[in-house]
Amino acid sequence: MTQSPVLEAHDIVKELGKGAGKVMALKGVSLSLVPGELTLLMGPSGSGKTTLLSILGCILSPTAGSIRIAGHSTEGLNAEQLAELRRRHIGFIFQSYNLFPTLNALENVRIALDVLGQKGYPAAARAEEVLREVGLGHRLQSFPGNLSGGEQQRVAVARAIAASPSIVLADEPTAALDSENGHAVMALLARIAKEQQRSVLAVTHDPRTLGYADRVIRIEDGKIVGEERRPEGVNSPEITDLTKKRRKAHG
Amino acid sequence: MILTLAIRNLLHDRIRLAVTLVGILFSIVLVAVQLGLYLGSSRMITDMIERSNSDLWITAFGAKSFEEGGILLTPRERHQALATPGVKAVIPMISAFAEWRKPSGGSTRVALVGIDKEDGGLEPWNMIQGTWEDVRAPDAIAVDRTYLKDLGIEGVGSTAQIAAGRVRVRALTEGIRSFTQSPYVFTTIGRARNLVNFDGEKGDKSTFLLVQLEPGADVVSVQQALRERLDGAEVLTKAEFRDRSLTQWLFKTGAGIALIGGALLGILVGTVIVAQTLYSSTKDHINEFATLRALGSSSGYIHKVILAQAGLSAVLGYILGMAISFGVLLLSRDSPLPLVMTPGLAFWLFALTLFMCAISAVSAIIKVTKIDPATVFSR
Repeated sequence: MTQSPVLEAHDIVKELGKGAGKVMALKGVSLSLVPGELTLLMGPSGSGKTTLLSILGCILSPTAGSIRIAGHSTEGLNAEQLAELRRRHIGFIFQSYNLFPTLNALENVRIALDVLGQKGYPAAARAEEVLREVGLGHRLQSFPGNLSGGEQQRVAVARAIAASPSIVLADEPTAALDSENGHAVMALLARIAKEQQRSVLAVTHDPRTLGYADRVIRIEDGKIVGEERRPEGVNSPEITDLTKKRRKAHG
Repeated sequence: MILTLAIRNLLHDRIRLAVTLVGILFSIVLVAVQLGLYLGSSRMITDMIERSNSDLWITAFGAKSFEEGGILLTPRERHQALATPGVKAVIPMISAFAEWRKPSGGSTRVALVGIDKEDGGLEPWNMIQGTWEDVRAPDAIAVDRTYLKDLGIEGVGSTAQIAAGRVRVRALTEGIRSFTQSPYVFTTIGRARNLVNFDGEKGDKSTFLLVQLEPGADVVSVQQALRERLDGAEVLTKAEFRDRSLTQWLFKTGAGIALIGGALLGILVGTVIVAQTLYSSTKDHINEFATLRALGSSSGYIHKVILAQAGLSAVLGYILGMAISFGVLLLSRDSPLPLVMTPGLAFWLFALTLFMCAISAVSAIIKVTKIDPATVFSR
């Protein structure tokens, strides 16, 4: 059964810079994300994947095109309204974890709930719950400086899902991790997508992540050049090149 | 979490926190000392007027202050005042500078206050040795303990000379200071007139006339009636005479302006130091604020974190600053110009500290307002 998308981007154009230095970072990108899928956005450096992630995350505004998040159009929204959309529907995971060095793991997660207005014991309990979910129940009081890279990224994952967003956007989540931790984080993201029916989009150029994806979108020079999807029922980390199949089918 | 984050951000760099607190502390102490001196000066200048049991003061035209009463009033003015409806009593008093000759040689200037306590207009307060009855004895005077050294005397029993007459200290007061640094010397009005030769040929002259009104009499109406009757004199309410004295000593001499200027300088220095450290702290934590913004926090949430940092710095700086200010206040107790700290001043200093820190936070808030949350992806 096809689920209705939680994020829809249509014909996104983004120009960066001014005057002679102006660059067309995105040239009409359209995509949609549905719950329960881990989608990878792959492409070489400078292809526009982080710009696209920023736009999908309502951090950057597109020069042209439209975006709908959980049914809400982002068109005409000011910075505060976009921030509200982010805190209600989107969780972020960053390449450098972006944890608060002065807060412990529990507090780092709680702050994502605090900005949403969830305070006190229920927020603390929820933060603890998600940290246990990512396997850090024993590191609640540890500060980022005392956590390994993998543990820090798992705290970041916990922070991203604490407020139960429908969309999780991850920027190079495994780039700063060794192989073992990279696999652990990707497995976690895949589990979040499947078990919690969230839509997870990860920007990456790490081939180790391919096996966890339900879908891979390839971007080059600001355009989507390919999309691959794991066939339904296939559990092995094998991706079928749907683009090729589609081209074949259409002659 | 706002408070937690603010506390952690402050404690994260303890050297910078120390610099911030020193800045606030310096500012508080400077402002407290300057305003404490201002209040102390004001109290010294107006104490005699405030403590008088009178509704109106009749002074020579153009009298500048309690110590500078100008030309003398005659019994004629007193009788005219007494004949005015609504006036219950008119009490004469002498206030004049006079030369004090020390027993061991040398001289200094004193502010001689002559009044009869029995008239109920004004009396020396805080008498720690002797009584008014002692002051009524021949040649008797009362002086303040703090000025014994300046006057070159030991205490009760010491003798000296004021202008042409010999005097003996019969009573001591505590804490009656003079802004002019000419110690107050209390005696009866008759003796004061004799000492400074105000008797002259006509006798019964006085520097001021303290007017007490009948119960229910309207101060403004009686003041107006007195003004119409007394051609060469001024009729002032206590508040008017107090303000005139303050203007004379604090503003026309420039002393008050210097004190207020010092206080403003303290506020300015404190604000700049706190602003600089808060800005620098915000700059250091800018990536965290950008992350907060990316996580969807409102700009108000981030402003609250910065304001909480400013508020915490203010509270800590205030506590330390006031502790030092109270130390300075204690040390100044026996000085010629003791500091005054009132609950009102302490409250306003706290409000001022909070305001100063809030103003200081503006530059930091402007900085975070310009945060581009997209920077979280560029690290």
